Amino acid sequence: MCSVSFIYKPEKIQIMIIETKNLSRQIADKILIENINIQVEQGEVLAIIGPSGAGKTTFLRLINRLDEPTSGTVYYEGKDYRTLPPSIIRQQIGMVSQVPYLFPGSIAENISFGPRQRGITLSSERISWLLERVGLPGYQERNINNLSGGEAQRVSLARTLANSPKILLLDEPTSALDSEAEHEVETLLSNIIAEENLTCLIITHNMAQAARIANRALYLVKGKLAAIGTVEEIIHA
Amino acid sequence: MLSNLFKDQLMLGIFQVVATVTLVLLVTLGARWQKIHLEREVIVALIRGIVQIVLVGVVLVFVLKGPDWLSIFILLAMILAASTMNYQRTKTIPGTFWASFYGIGLGAGLVILLMVLIGVIDCSSISVIPVGSMLVANAMNAGAQALERYNSDVKAHVGLIEAGLALGAKPETMVAPYIQSAVHSSLIPRIDNLSSLGIVWIPGLMTGMILAGSDPIYAAIYQFAVIAMIYAASGLTAIASVLLIRAKTFSTAQQLILRPNEAAKKQ
Repeated sequence: MCSVSFIYKPEKIQIMIIETKNLSRQIADKILIENINIQVEQGEVLAIIGPSGAGKTTFLRLINRLDEPTSGTVYYEGKDYRTLPPSIIRQQIGMVSQVPYLFPGSIAENISFGPRQRGITLSSERISWLLERVGLPGYQERNINNLSGGEAQRVSLARTLANSPKILLLDEPTSALDSEAEHEVETLLSNIIAEENLTCLIITHNMAQAARIANRALYLVKGKLAAIGTVEEIIHA
Repeated sequence: MLSNLFKDQLMLGIFQVVATVTLVLLVTLGARWQKIHLEREVIVALIRGIVQIVLVGVVLVFVLKGPDWLSIFILLAMILAASTMNYQRTKTIPGTFWASFYGIGLGAGLVILLMVLIGVIDCSSISVIPVGSMLVANAMNAGAQALERYNSDVKAHVGLIEAGLALGAKPETMVAPYIQSAVHSSLIPRIDNLSSLGIVWIPGLMTGMILAGSDPIYAAIYQFAVIAMIYAASGLTAIASVLLIRAKTFSTAQQLILRPNEAAKKQ
């Protein structure tokens, strides 16, 4: 009689915070995004690069569910995001657009907007802390009309952070800024992402910027995933 | 003066039409001189206008002699026609036909029904149809103005609306200012009608009633009542139409689908 003993060795189970499965979007005959399959780990910074019209913004909009996939889906923390309320997805996957669209009124009103949608009133201390975090201390009562481009983008970032997101989607957040403001906002972003352990997907045209802040890069061409790897691998591919 | 020249009323009417059409064509030529080209629209509108109003005149001859319930079908046909016209004006917005149909039906229809039930509008065809048509026509204009304004406001603020959605706001929250401004702007002409009544203009209904031998004071009061009803019907229509279109502005996953073509292409 022989005995066989099985030793169960569980594999390391790692739930990806974001996983796209055959993610596609098409409008009429135009394919914007086609069969993108990627996985993003918690705390990872993924740069999204590619030529104009490659579908980078559409990709981020699909992850934020501002656009609907025509096929495929996104898994957020292991769950198909179509089974979750869109407002919850958008609160937890915050997005900062290329152009900072601020709501009319004061900066404090803008920052408290997101939490207010969930019935939460942001304390003035929390607003002050967020503004300090983005390098705009004492700006609470300022009107949005009196801001420079860099300041407006910082307010937009603080407004998104006020929702306490787990993932940050950044659509060329520094492209509309002058070089000085670009450097400041980039440093600010790097610090916040590291300190808050945020997962981040950032669109950038600037390969040097991608190399500075991202762990990996995703290269899109005509809506298709052309390459994914470390930033160096993508640069030298 | 003209009535002395033309003893036959039909001939008098034809002469009046020729005179006024000539005036319209002269104005159109004047506009053309300034490179404002309205010729085609004006000629189509003139032909449609005269054919439609004469046909209505002929139909009214029969309807007014028939049972009063016939007016329900006449008013329904008017609401249907008004919805079609609104659809033509606002067809870049999805779902405007039904939004207009239900909007005008609710606005004008409810006001007509209520006013007939409490006796403000006499239930005879000769009263319901002309007054009802005024309510339907004004409701149509208010509905179209509200829809056009809402459409242009939403398309002009796509970035701001999506910024709010991206922060977890509900679609209703993000378009609330545009709903308010659409309804408000569509009602300004109706409020102006009420406030300028008698000073700037004496509407046709009052004039007709006086010519038909009614007491001028009663004609004036009734005219005021009709203008007030027009405001009520227009307000209800504008509110109902934009609220119905709001539901078509977003997908079930709370994504903005009413977008300018450029934004749609960029996606």
